[in-house]
Amino acid sequence: MQYIPNILFTIALIAGIGFFTLNIRKVIRNINLGKDINRTDQKSARWKNMLSIAFGQSKMVRRPISGILHLIVYIGFVIINIEVLEIIVDGVLGTHRVFKDYIGTATYGFLIGSFEVLAALVFVAVIIFWTRRNVANIKRFLSSEMKGWPKKDGNFILYFEMVLMALFMVMNATDVPFQQAGTGNVISQFISPLFNGFSSENLQLIERTAWWLHILGILVFLNYLYYSKHLHILLAFPNTYYANLQPKGQFTNLESVTNEVKLMLDPDADPYATPVDESTEEVPEKFGASDVTDLNWVQLMNAYTCTECGRCTSACPANLTGKKLSPRKIMMDTRDRLEEVGRNIDANNGTFKEDGKQLLNDYITPEELWACTSCNACVEECPVNIDPLSIIMDMRRYLVMEESAAPQELNAMMTNIENNGAPWPYNQQDRLNWTKEG
Amino acid sequence: MNVPTMAEMMAQGKQPEVLFWVGAAGSYDDRAKKISKAFVKILHEAKVDFAVLGVEESSTGDAAKRAGNEFLFQMQAMMNIEVLNGYEVKKIVTCDPHSFNTLKNEYPGLGGNYEVFHHTQFIQNLINEGRLKINNTNLKGKRVTFHDPCYLGRANEVYESPRDLIRRLGVNLTEMKRSKRTALCCGAGGAQMFKDAEKGDKEVNILRTEDALETKPEIIATGCPYCNTMMTDGIKFKEKEASVTVKDIAELISEANKL
Repeated sequence: MQYIPNILFTIALIAGIGFFTLNIRKVIRNINLGKDINRTDQKSARWKNMLSIAFGQSKMVRRPISGILHLIVYIGFVIINIEVLEIIVDGVLGTHRVFKDYIGTATYGFLIGSFEVLAALVFVAVIIFWTRRNVANIKRFLSSEMKGWPKKDGNFILYFEMVLMALFMVMNATDVPFQQAGTGNVISQFISPLFNGFSSENLQLIERTAWWLHILGILVFLNYLYYSKHLHILLAFPNTYYANLQPKGQFTNLESVTNEVKLMLDPDADPYATPVDESTEEVPEKFGASDVTDLNWVQLMNAYTCTECGRCTSACPANLTGKKLSPRKIMMDTRDRLEEVGRNIDANNGTFKEDGKQLLNDYITPEELWACTSCNACVEECPVNIDPLSIIMDMRRYLVMEESAAPQELNAMMTNIENNGAPWPYNQQDRLNWTKEG
Repeated sequence: MNVPTMAEMMAQGKQPEVLFWVGAAGSYDDRAKKISKAFVKILHEAKVDFAVLGVEESSTGDAAKRAGNEFLFQMQAMMNIEVLNGYEVKKIVTCDPHSFNTLKNEYPGLGGNYEVFHHTQFIQNLINEGRLKINNTNLKGKRVTFHDPCYLGRANEVYESPRDLIRRLGVNLTEMKRSKRTALCCGAGGAQMFKDAEKGDKEVNILRTEDALETKPEIIATGCPYCNTMMTDGIKFKEKEASVTVKDIAELISEANKL
């Protein structure tokens, strides 16, 4: 009988981690639906990016209020996990505060004391976050793409954190031997008087309940990540590692186009050559992107990493002037469509069954795409180096090269470049006229 | 104005120190032509041995690429690279951040490898080498704000060269609340210059002009012909032409040195 809690705990742990692993494998499979792109060069620069941007939060603190609050929650999350380690060991072995005997009461007290302080800070930070999201009317949380699930998701995460921190405190406050030891109960000593007058059985019952709810809550929260923008706590690291290292203005030169253009410009190409047997030829690549599978895996990972903070959108000149474009929505749409494709694959035994939908038009409209000034403000702003601009450009390429669907004035501009070597209808022979004018 | 071409140079068996890539705006747009001329005056003053491609220059293809037409871009790029490599060009300077970015970053992948400078970087080098001096008395004390072009700033992280030159003019440089990496686009990038904006509450260049006007400037300094047009239009829209002028940094230097 006495082993029942240990067994139940172990089952819960295995189930929680097992289900999480299954879902993470789905995320990885979905990301791999993207085209290949080589991001394994310059390893030291990549590590440096990851350490400073994801681990060191250097881009987060550019906006000091949300940056510092986020830093508190982040440090709290990372450090309090040491306590979770103890909970797991206790749970599996049926021990109680097992680390205390190994590292000594003083060190243990210092550790738990700092966890308590962090937990209290996290609790306060999370309440401020909640207020910012729900009361303070901050523009970037009020955009149209933030209605419904995204808004609920943001709040759920905050509730989770509030509850987990509160349970941690209650757990400590009702642990009579821990309180009596008088070490490490920096914050919980102020909470324990609330439980004065409870019988020792009841105290123990509350302590056990808080302990169980705390660890089960953590396991549930772990599994919530897959469904939530909170997945960024894992993906921020690979996302910054694999981020683009080229100058932001350098857009890719499509290789498939290079081959065609070289052929067109080759004076030795024989226009009368017999066409190659088409049955042996590869299907020509689609130019640009109309669906998520046309994007590369880094762009798809970007979509899963996006935490919908909206810093991109709040810096976007098109968005600031009331146009439909929101870089955050581009990322959210990409993730939504990718998850839809993933569910389709799951439902059809591992292969995608045509569903008559795509990223373009069904999620992202040409009006949004054409409003972009390619200014890179969104890329610069993103605290985890997401590149919405690259998706916008790939979709523009599809519109122009596959559908010939550029706005009329842009077609005129391109015709001018083709005919006169300038976006305006001037004669190339007049290129030097300015030197002769007064 | 004496502006030699690469063809003339070649006929004389000469290789200039640098090629001045004028760009379509700098060649045809009435406002931008003034920037080209101001820059040529500076090159003359510093006795820089330069040449232009003239009628052999064609669009870099930047606008086509940002509009999504990779075919047209690469056609333009490869034709330009053929001309540039034919003249064995090593060093290029341009007043247009879009040409700068494309030539510097996107041409190498297609076989065009050059050392490319924005004119503010090039002028800064001339000063550092002692070939040019900026007169810091003629514009002294003027209130100037600088609008960072996206394709010079965020796209290539060139923030200091233009500011260094402005400070050397002896003026009072005041920054907008959005500047350097947080600068707001003028609204012309990404081929927007050539089309009407999508429906919104406001034009981007008006919002950016408001950013600039908040600093109460006498001069809005620019380093891009497209930004120059957008800011000039913004000033007209705000009916501030009488008190605020929009000038490229090359024009300011040329003016300060009375060239």
